[in-house]
Amino acid sequence: VRDVQTETATPEAAPVARAARGDWRALFGRWEALLIGLLVLLAIAGQIISAEFLTTDSFTTGSLDLSEVALMALPLTLVIVAAEIDLSVASVLALSSAVMAYLWNHGQPVETIIPVCIVVGALCGAFNGFLVTRLGLPSLAVTIGTLALFRGLAFVVIGDQSVTDFPALWTDRAFGNFAGTFVPDTMVLFALLAAAFAVVLHATPFGRSIYAIGANEEAAYFSGLRVKRVKLILFMLSGAVAGLAGVVISLRNSTAAANVGQGFELTVITAVLLGGVSIFGGRGTIAGVILALVLLGGIQKALLLSESISSYWIQIVTGTLLVGSVLGPNLARRVAEARRRRSRPLPEEGS
Amino acid sequence: MKYARPLLAALVLMAALALAACGETKNDENAASDGAKSTPTASGEANPNAEIPKGLKTVSIPKQLGNPYEEFEHSGIDEALKELGGSNRISGPTDAGASTQIPIINAAVQQKPDAIIIAGNDPDAVAPALKQAAAKGIKIVGMDSDVAPDARSVFINQVTTELVGKNQVESIARQINNKGEIAILSATANATNQNAWIKVMKETLKDPKYKDIKLVKVAYGDDDDQKSFQETQGLIQAYPNLKGIISPTTVGVAAAARYLSTSPQKGKIKLTGLGFPNQMRKFVKDGTVEEFQLWVPKDVGYLAGQAAAALVAGRITGKEGEKFKAGRLGDYTIGANGEIVLGPLTTFTAKNIDNFDF
Repeated sequence: VRDVQTETATPEAAPVARAARGDWRALFGRWEALLIGLLVLLAIAGQIISAEFLTTDSFTTGSLDLSEVALMALPLTLVIVAAEIDLSVASVLALSSAVMAYLWNHGQPVETIIPVCIVVGALCGAFNGFLVTRLGLPSLAVTIGTLALFRGLAFVVIGDQSVTDFPALWTDRAFGNFAGTFVPDTMVLFALLAAAFAVVLHATPFGRSIYAIGANEEAAYFSGLRVKRVKLILFMLSGAVAGLAGVVISLRNSTAAANVGQGFELTVITAVLLGGVSIFGGRGTIAGVILALVLLGGIQKALLLSESISSYWIQIVTGTLLVGSVLGPNLARRVAEARRRRSRPLPEEGS
Repeated sequence: MKYARPLLAALVLMAALALAACGETKNDENAASDGAKSTPTASGEANPNAEIPKGLKTVSIPKQLGNPYEEFEHSGIDEALKELGGSNRISGPTDAGASTQIPIINAAVQQKPDAIIIAGNDPDAVAPALKQAAAKGIKIVGMDSDVAPDARSVFINQVTTELVGKNQVESIARQINNKGEIAILSATANATNQNAWIKVMKETLKDPKYKDIKLVKVAYGDDDDQKSFQETQGLIQAYPNLKGIISPTTVGVAAAARYLSTSPQKGKIKLTGLGFPNQMRKFVKDGTVEEFQLWVPKDVGYLAGQAAAALVAGRITGKEGEKFKAGRLGDYTIGANGEIVLGPLTTFTAKNIDNFDF
């Protein structure tokens, strides 16, 4: 027991852990395969719960409900791969919504407001990034602080009022479907951004450096990567997309207010971790996160469609999935490690 | 600046996506947004004798699950639907954020109920989803706190400002035989509903039959139990001839009753207000309070359930002036803007208080 504890607690154990991870993968196949399996199970369970589950209506409304969470999960994937976290995304979304309300009340056109909101989001991200990279504070503490700070600012900007008279042109655009199909416009926006983020993460040197930083920050630093700058950019991206999500939720609901998106950060992080992104950094794919989003949306829809299950269960299930997606790989790794240890003699460090 | 390019590219892409398909749309061009707000409701003619279909299914959406007050309201909907041979299902969000009801509405629509009864968290955020529901033939009833008027057929209002002000004055006047000094113990000085009620009370007191009643003071207990308690004490010390107190807030009236119950003026200074029977029961039983008032939340829901059934059957369409019979509550007429008012406040006394559990 002592050996296991010291091994997992020290960074020196990383190579060992990675080898063990290989064992675990061989055991269960890739994480994505597991998610696809869960999706199949969900499709069956959902159809048993309600005949309305596997319909285009479900997809349209279910994906629309998850639009902002899906958007914000993309940059957060990159942040978590880099072994940082951003808990302030939902508050940035609210601040963006509040700024939108404020500017609209002051006669600005929507076309001006949208880029301003994205910039406001990016600035929030820059603030997070500055505190994390330049002052060396842990992102968990920083973004818990800004979670409260940005939400508070949102209430300062607009108070408890809400703005609802956005032009139908724009609200229809955010609420409507793409060119007569059953796919919401917001999902088209998501698909484009997802493609962009997938390319950045998986097919550019920048993306490679994110993995390097997440896997071993010190090594990345000594091999010449500009760790702080990469992290700052990631926090800014996270903020900018949260700002965009604030615009989307305001237009989609025809309501801009400071209390929108409360608790979204939990769902966003659940989606990312359930997608197979390691909370310790260095591992994860955009494809996995997209699968996790479909799974989360599907579970929510199934629970909502059920005639007998209360919506409290959505929170319970979300929380369980969050813990499960952190605990699952960890447990599997420990099991694999223990088995390996039993089959081989103890390494000499034990003396 | 190795990473400047991907960052810039990403930001430009986002901005481009957001701006795709332009056209200036400003706040001052209200015509653009008003165009979308055409009324989908009130189509066709009402047939007062139409049959209420059997097996009616409704979904009722509270602001938030776990609120006892709302549970009483929604139990009234259940009662109405059961009485009419149908059924109601309660489905609500776990927090009262502006947009948390939207997924609930969307899921409800998929289950194809005959009607949706909703207490709106945000009048406008839920409007697009409700309009989509209405477009699929589902009748929408607002209750308790209204949604955008063009997103529902009727709205069940528990009471009007006029009725609260008037009924409260009548209640205290009855108890002090239309004579003597009274005071009002309100919540906070800037509470909109409180001030509107107090304004009506002052108007009502101008009636010649109340000429011997003198309002000496409006005190503010800030909806805080301790502060309300102290304000009551202050009123009684400052106005030795005080005969009655009106406290149109559940916190205030309970605190005032608690003070009076242990003071020498118990039973001599009359107290009325808006209170919950469960909070006020012991003060009614021990003689501190003769009567107080409130609407009955269960009746609000019951009326909403009856109105939903009448809408589905086609007995009403939501137009002003249409009449319908709402079961045990009797006949109702739809007012301006599709509003249906439950009626005057219910007065609770030692005789009837045990019939109410909320």
